[in-house]
Amino acid sequence: MMPDLGKYGDTVLSAYAVSIVLLVIMVALSIRASRKARAELQKIEGRRNG
Amino acid sequence: MGSIWEYANPVKFIRTSEIVLPWVSILATVTLIAGLVWGFFFTPDDYRQGSTVKIIYLHVPAALMAINVWFMMLVTSLVWLIRRHHVSALAAKAAAPVGIIMTLIALVTGAIWGQPMWGTWWAWDPRLTSFLILFLFYLGYIALWEAIDNPDTAADLTAVLCIVGSVFAVLSRYAVNFWNQGLHQGASLSLDKKENVADVFSTPLYVCIAGFVLLFIALVFLRTRTEIHKRRTKALLARERLG
Repeated sequence: MMPDLGKYGDTVLSAYAVSIVLLVIMVALSIRASRKARAELQKIEGRRNG
Repeated sequence: MGSIWEYANPVKFIRTSEIVLPWVSILATVTLIAGLVWGFFFTPDDYRQGSTVKIIYLHVPAALMAINVWFMMLVTSLVWLIRRHHVSALAAKAAAPVGIIMTLIALVTGAIWGQPMWGTWWAWDPRLTSFLILFLFYLGYIALWEAIDNPDTAADLTAVLCIVGSVFAVLSRYAVNFWNQGLHQGASLSLDKKENVADVFSTPLYVCIAGFVLLFIALVFLRTRTEIHKRRTKALLARERLG
C-alpha cells in the first residue's frame, strides 16, 4: 500500500507529517475556542434570562 | 435573494453559518483527504525530482492560500474602513491565524523540499524572502489585534496594516516575475499549457487546492462566529457591570 518513496522517503514523510499536524492543531484549536465562546455566552444569557 | 450586506448583521451571519458550516466542513474533509491520498499514493515520481514531487500537494495549495487569505483580509478590512460593518472586521481577524498557518506550511514544506533539490534549506531568493516577510506581517497583524483593547481602534489599525502588507502579498505571488533570478521556479499552474505541470500531477493538485479553499471557508465561518460570540459576551458583561 505504501508507495516506494526511494531515497527521499524521509523528506516526503516529514513534509506531510509537519503539514498534517499543523492543520489538525489549527482545526482543533478553532473548534475548542468556538465551543468555549459559545458556552460562555450561553452562561451569561442564561443568567440574564433566568 | 437579499443583499450581501445582510450578512454584516451578526445574527444573520450566525444563522447562515449554522446551516452552511456542517456542509462545508464535510466537503472540505472529503476533498482534502481525497486530494492528498490521490497525490501521495496514486501519482508517479517525477523523472528529475523523484518522490519529492509529492510535496507539491501541500506546498502549492498552502502557498496559494497564504497569499489569498491576505487578500480576503484586505477586502474585509476595506469593507470595515468604508462601511464600518463589524462582522467584516471580525472575519479579517478570524482569517489571520489560518493565513499564518498556511504561510508556515508553505515555508516549512518549501525548506524540506528545497534541501534535496537545491542543496539548501533556505536562500534569500525573492519569493522565499517575500514569503518570510508575509509571515512576519501575519504575526504583526495578530499581535496588533491582541495588543489593543478597544476593538474598533484595533480593527482600524489592523486594517491599515493589512493594506500595507498587501504589497508583500503581491510580491510573494509575482516575485519570480519581477526579478528573474533566485532558486524558486515559476508558477506550477498556469493558463499557458506549456508552462503547466503534467496532468497526472495537476489534476490531484487541483483537488488539493479545492480542499484547502473549502477548509479555509469552513474555518473562517467557525472562527468569525467565535469572534461574534466573544464580542457579545464582552458587551453583556460590560452591561452587567454597569448595573
